[in-house]
Amino acid sequence: MRKRTLIPILYILFLMLPIYWLIAMSFKTTGEILSGFSLFPQTFTLENYKVIFTDPTWYWGYINSIIYVSLNTVISVAVALPAAYAFSRYRFLGDKQLFFWLLTNRMAPAAVFALPFFQLYSSVGLFDTHLAVALAHCLFNIPLAVWILEGFMGGVPKELDETAYVDGYSFPRFFVKIFLPTIKAGVGVAAFFCFMFSWVELLLAKTLTAVAAKPIAATMTKTASSAGYELGLLAAAGTLTIIPGAIVIYFVRNYIAKGFALGRV
Amino acid sequence: MAKITLSNLRHSYLPNPNGPEDFALKEIDLDWQNGGAYALLGPSGCGKSTLLNIISGLLVPSEGRILFDGKDVTDLPPDQRNIAQVFQFPVIYDTMTVRENLAFPLRNRGVAQAKITERVAEIAAMLEVEEMLDTRASHLSPDNKQKISMGRGLVRDDVNVVMFDEPLTVIDPHLKWKLRSKLKELHQRVRATMIYVTHDQTEALTFADQVVVMQDGEIVQIGTPVELFERPQHTFVGHFIGSPGMNVLPADEGQGGVTVEGHPITLEGEVTGSGGVAQVGIRPEFVSLAKTGLPGRVRKVSDIGRHSVLEAMVGDTSIKAVIDGPVPAQGEAVHLAFRADQTRLYRDGWIATEVGA
Amino acid sequence: MKTENQKAWFFVLPVLLLVAFNALVPIMTVVNYSVQETFGNNVFFWQGLDWFEQILRSERFQAALGRQFLFTFLILIIEVPLGIIIALSMPRSGFWVPVCLVTMALPMLIPWNVVGAMWNIFTLPDIGLLGYLMNHTLGIPYDMTQNPFAAWVTIITMDVWHWTSLVVLLSYAGLVSIPDAYYQAAKIDGASAWKVFRFIQLPKLKTVLTIAILLRFMDSFNIYTEPFVLTGGGPGNSTTLLSIDLVKIALGQFDLGPAAAMSLIYFAITLLVSWLFYTLMTKDDAQ
Repeated sequence: MRKRTLIPILYILFLMLPIYWLIAMSFKTTGEILSGFSLFPQTFTLENYKVIFTDPTWYWGYINSIIYVSLNTVISVAVALPAAYAFSRYRFLGDKQLFFWLLTNRMAPAAVFALPFFQLYSSVGLFDTHLAVALAHCLFNIPLAVWILEGFMGGVPKELDETAYVDGYSFPRFFVKIFLPTIKAGVGVAAFFCFMFSWVELLLAKTLTAVAAKPIAATMTKTASSAGYELGLLAAAGTLTIIPGAIVIYFVRNYIAKGFALGRV
Repeated sequence: MAKITLSNLRHSYLPNPNGPEDFALKEIDLDWQNGGAYALLGPSGCGKSTLLNIISGLLVPSEGRILFDGKDVTDLPPDQRNIAQVFQFPVIYDTMTVRENLAFPLRNRGVAQAKITERVAEIAAMLEVEEMLDTRASHLSPDNKQKISMGRGLVRDDVNVVMFDEPLTVIDPHLKWKLRSKLKELHQRVRATMIYVTHDQTEALTFADQVVVMQDGEIVQIGTPVELFERPQHTFVGHFIGSPGMNVLPADEGQGGVTVEGHPITLEGEVTGSGGVAQVGIRPEFVSLAKTGLPGRVRKVSDIGRHSVLEAMVGDTSIKAVIDGPVPAQGEAVHLAFRADQTRLYRDGWIATEVGA
Repeated sequence: MKTENQKAWFFVLPVLLLVAFNALVPIMTVVNYSVQETFGNNVFFWQGLDWFEQILRSERFQAALGRQFLFTFLILIIEVPLGIIIALSMPRSGFWVPVCLVTMALPMLIPWNVVGAMWNIFTLPDIGLLGYLMNHTLGIPYDMTQNPFAAWVTIITMDVWHWTSLVVLLSYAGLVSIPDAYYQAAKIDGASAWKVFRFIQLPKLKTVLTIAILLRFMDSFNIYTEPFVLTGGGPGNSTTLLSIDLVKIALGQFDLGPAAAMSLIYFAITLLVSWLFYTLMTKDDAQ
């Protein structure tokens, strides 16, 4: 048993190494970085972070990202709920085909949609808006949310619905007051995955935005190429993007393993 | 087959146990005879599963030793004790066929193929699963799966003891009796020491030659089903066995003898010991309606079919009686007579009367 | 039991509209472009299947496709066994379990460009932690901007770092759902650790492994951001995977026809292989 625990420990060390390096870099001046190698920051500085917190181009990147990610999560989960309910409770014409088609969208290479989305969203006047990115991400997140929620809903016996009708609940009231609390773990998992995929995606987010809704990811890539490797600043920006993810995982830490199995274990 | 000796066994699940409450098993000294069919009977939490796991080696006891035929096996792991265990739910290897499942324990021990084929055929015939031998185990019904679990336990002929941990839990009620009789039959054929753990008295009483009754980590009584029924050593045994269980009535010991609700009671024999909480025990089967006896009022009558169970209130005490034939109506006044040779005094739960010479 | 109810379509309507808007319209556009040629000013000429032929014949496409298959193959044979091994070696309960799971999940929640940037600065030959270690401490020449092999090793390692935890988490969830009695019975049956894995753990892991392998196949086959930020597809085009090539053609050169044809071929391959994987892995259940 003792020897075996070495494996997860080594793995976690491996995972933390690049992250440590990123954080260490963020506290160094670009001068120190370029002048040579140092394991710890020789001249510890908060300058990089100061720039990010004071320069609107930077901090608006974070705010924009959070806005469209939240928008997307809310929209995806909200429309996925009734759909998942339908798939889990009813048989209807074309239901299997529809479900399968939804899943194929999750399989699509984002690169295929880069140009078409650019044209599509420009043509409806949504280019460079948070809504555009939120809606675009729906392509991948809605099928995922429906699949997750359907899995969790399958675990709720139909008797619950029937009892509610017998007790005189109208459907909306039943859904909100009785059904939703029963599957709240599933809603949490679905929201988590929607957040996750929307937060990490770059290609579409960058393609559909220019200035107003520019996500932090795009701001960072611009810096990398144009300003000529402001590594310290880049590292600080990167470090800050890890924080929302860490917070979200912390909140779902007790459900993580089960959640990743999406209720299908 | 082996004789199993449990000596000074105590077990606690806590790392630093303080008092007796911290021990799941309080003090067990027990001999299981070679080839016997035993039942370990008791309510949930009495320690029977703990005891079973200690015998099989899945648990190492905090104190005490276990001997198989005199040899100390306390520190041996399960696969070196030559035991077999059947669990509450069927534990089979889904991806293998029935044949491969039965052969598995033998293959792991490097037994020759010819012997394996022979044994598997033998066991399959005994369990009546020959037609399923090449079916994938995952396709079987739960009762057949449980049979295969048992088969895997019996296929090794050097098994010291076969243990069953509530094996009929997931079986459909109407198939339970079938498996129960099959088990009894198996025991008679194989003559291995078998220990059957259960909280169901019917299963215990039909399977076992000797029943070990446990409560709160202690052995309360060991005996044949008849002995347990006719002469319970402990109120728990009396109450747990039999349906309905034995009447346990608060009693007073006085100068003139033992009384219940002020009425004198004739016991089976001399009273032993003194002090403690006194209770009179008598099974409803030995309580009858009479012209004289304890006066009471009928509270409830239940018709069980072959007989009726009458519940009467004598003062504040409720007494049950098994009645054949016509029963009085609710609320009626009756007199209850106790058969003296089945009436006993219990002190703090333990029997306190002796049968006279 | 599901009841038949055509009104269920109202429930799925919002989903249908949103996904169709995002999927059908672009796909139609793509199909449209894939069979036409344009020289600007919205004037189009019918090309039939010319673009498809051109793409399928082009060495550039075949090379990118080959690289993509190689990449996905390497990813799968490294990440899946590695993930299972790590999951097997984790304790089944206790205080450390949530700590482990949380730390392991972290790489998956980092924006993909940050992953690429992180590995970029990590592997810089003289000033990055790994770069320095390799070149100066271990004396192994390592520069992914110059050496294609180094670039490949780096993108593979980066993806292993990024996504193995998905396999770990899924496998772990499957493993902890196995009741103790199975392990006890195996002990009594004298089964070796390998047999326990083969006959008890692996069968129970089938569902979650199917999900894991499918997801890893799809996502690694479609990967874009991380390798692009890390190597830009280089040195040269040695790490130009399919998506990277497609985006170069579509957004870089604005070659609508070829890009569209390539998109459709790409999508079709993903669907086909995913379907193959899925059928192969679930065929036992049909028995």
